[in-house]
Amino acid sequence: MEAAAKAGRAPGDRLPAWALGLVPLALIAAAIGAFALLGGPGLGERTGPPVEEVAVERTVLRPGEIELTLRNDGPDPVEVAQVAVNDAYAPFSASDGREIGRLGSTTLRIQYPWVEGEAYEIFVLTSSGGTIDAAIPVATETPEADLGFYGLMALLGIYVGVIPVSLGMLWLPFVRRVGERWIAALIAFTVGLLAFLGIDAALEGLEIAGEAPAAFGGSALVFAGALIAYLLLAAVDAYLSRRSEASRGALGRGGLYLGLLVAIGIGLHNLGEGLAIGSAYATGALALGAFLVVGFAIHNTTEGLAIVAPLREDGAATAPGLGYLAGLGLIAGAPAILGAWIGAAAFDPSLAALLFGVGVGAIARVIVQLAPAMRDGDGRLLHPLSVAGLIAGIVALYVTGLLVSV
Amino acid sequence: MSDNRISRRKLLGVAATVPAAAGLNSLFSRGGIGDGAAPAQANGNVASAGQHGHDAFAHATFAAGRSVDHRRNGFNPTELLRDFDYGRTRRLASGRVVREWEIVAHDREIEVAPGVRYEAWTYNGRVPGPTLRAREGERLRIRFVNGSEHPHTMHFHGIHPSLMDGVPGIGERLGAGQIAPGEAFTYEFEAEPFGLHLYHCHVAPLASHISRGLYGAFVIDPKQGRPEADEMVMVMNGFDTNFDLSNEVYAVNSIGFHYVNEPVMVRRDDLVRIYLVNVLEFDPLNSFHVHANFFQHYPTGTSLQPNELTDTVIQGQGQRAILELKFPFDGDYMFHAHVSEFAELGWTGFFRVGDPSALTPAAAAAAYCKLPWGGNGGRA
Repeated sequence: MEAAAKAGRAPGDRLPAWALGLVPLALIAAAIGAFALLGGPGLGERTGPPVEEVAVERTVLRPGEIELTLRNDGPDPVEVAQVAVNDAYAPFSASDGREIGRLGSTTLRIQYPWVEGEAYEIFVLTSSGGTIDAAIPVATETPEADLGFYGLMALLGIYVGVIPVSLGMLWLPFVRRVGERWIAALIAFTVGLLAFLGIDAALEGLEIAGEAPAAFGGSALVFAGALIAYLLLAAVDAYLSRRSEASRGALGRGGLYLGLLVAIGIGLHNLGEGLAIGSAYATGALALGAFLVVGFAIHNTTEGLAIVAPLREDGAATAPGLGYLAGLGLIAGAPAILGAWIGAAAFDPSLAALLFGVGVGAIARVIVQLAPAMRDGDGRLLHPLSVAGLIAGIVALYVTGLLVSV
Repeated sequence: MSDNRISRRKLLGVAATVPAAAGLNSLFSRGGIGDGAAPAQANGNVASAGQHGHDAFAHATFAAGRSVDHRRNGFNPTELLRDFDYGRTRRLASGRVVREWEIVAHDREIEVAPGVRYEAWTYNGRVPGPTLRAREGERLRIRFVNGSEHPHTMHFHGIHPSLMDGVPGIGERLGAGQIAPGEAFTYEFEAEPFGLHLYHCHVAPLASHISRGLYGAFVIDPKQGRPEADEMVMVMNGFDTNFDLSNEVYAVNSIGFHYVNEPVMVRRDDLVRIYLVNVLEFDPLNSFHVHANFFQHYPTGTSLQPNELTDTVIQGQGQRAILELKFPFDGDYMFHAHVSEFAELGWTGFFRVGDPSALTPAAAAAAYCKLPWGGNGGRA
């Protein structure tokens, strides 16, 4: 066999493998160059008028001024000519010029005496006479992103993320005391909860992706983020489990490890949640009332329970230290702060869609890893107790979710 | 290139932000809009406009930094305003006057608002088409050549045989009706009745052919003429630039806010006669309102007696009227559609009476004192 291969050896075999890998790339580059140089032979002139697709990425309201960030989503450059607010032309300036190249963006600062609480419809008239529409359902001043604002967002993140998750983890003593046979039910409760979170995050991510420029992937970003997160966590998992087998380190395959995984999954989800809260607050779509904060607290308390549920699995042998528990709480809750900062300061629908996808992927990975712990003595995944747990998890999140429909 | 652009934008920005100044002062400083007067004062306003958004929005306007290229458009609303096309005349042996025009339809891209291009269909390369003016009882011959890529007609409002009505399907066999691209037809009829009329294309789809720009005013003077006056044509129109069956830009004589930037100059106490025609498509009504003054209203111009003294008139599609007024005071006087939406989407202008730069608060007060009921002047 080897001899046959040697006999049929081509001259190219003498080249190193990397050079062979480069050859197709070089040919593709040459072909593209020639194609561009010849002006796309055979394709002729483009047919029809230029396509103008522009997404309004961000709307900021300041006293006497409306700011729109536009992203050219189409194949042709777009030139902004005029802007009208509620059917009145208004003076404006464009930060990066009025011509927006493909995938380029510009920010229009429109001088307009808008009034708090009114609704506005804006049309941007392009040089070809086309219009880009933007709507402001309820006008309210966009908070300035200063230090105080970041402080507020951090406080918000702590309220809705860190505190409730930590409170939820106070169920740990209870979890450790319940009978052996209830473990499966508790784990199932966690899985049900996570499944609901995953579905919720996926839907929200897809909704946000709808506002994002299609050229950056739109909905595909949610799926890409989910896949990448899932694969990355799987790789981390494989790496850690090999190390733990070798060194028998603190991160065993047991309950502590599963708890950490759940915390990471929930943390990534809370990143997306913080993002949504931050951007909703920044655009005035969210009134921060005590009710909402309380709602989030109750909602996210269930997440704390989800983290501690797997800690029971090892029995009393691996009692987690307080520091470890605090760490889990931070991992699960603190990303809400980061999310709120990003969402409030630099909300970008494409980024948000991707991050929501990441949350979905992380949750999916955690579910896959938790699921085996739901098995009963006969090795069945779905048995009356686990099904009851699953349903209880879903219902718990649904009901508490009613308090926080952002 | 980019440097050049920026400096040009700055320069125009200076001019366009002048109305930002509030109160009486703005009246006097508005001189800076069109003719670049008072640049120092205007400069001061640029900074404040940037800092205080509220002050900057004195009234709706196009963005600073660019104006419509009238030369490229091939017509300028300032010139179009007083441009009456009397055609060529010759007198027949019978003593009858024959008046002749040649009108060519062209497809032509025009700039309908600064930076906004629109593929217009035009008569003689302009929108509105030429204001054809004749005298009652004359024989009119209008040779229409269709140089457009689309079939068109010229449908005149007036009294004439159906063959001359410019309607598709009527007289096709005789070369009338719809005029195909490259074809020509001569419309011939008597100029009657006297008044203010219009002409437009009547090919289907009608709204499309009209809104693209195929219309113009058609004036028939009464035999005895009208009193001497400063006469002007205002065709109220608009453009549906994105073809969604509603207009994005409104104007008189096509270019929105044009007469804000270049006010209509009139002399004090002169009789001003406005031939006002509404050809606006997609919106059922349009209107005309003049500030600080009243006008005599002659509906359709078919009577020499006005029917009302008013300052606001409403016109449906195809409706028109002659308005007569005098301006007793110097200054800038706004005129606009009293449909506020149209006004703020372009249909706004100014009359400039006398020399506003010579106008001072003292002079304004003196003018007021001259009134029989005016200020202290009445008693002093």
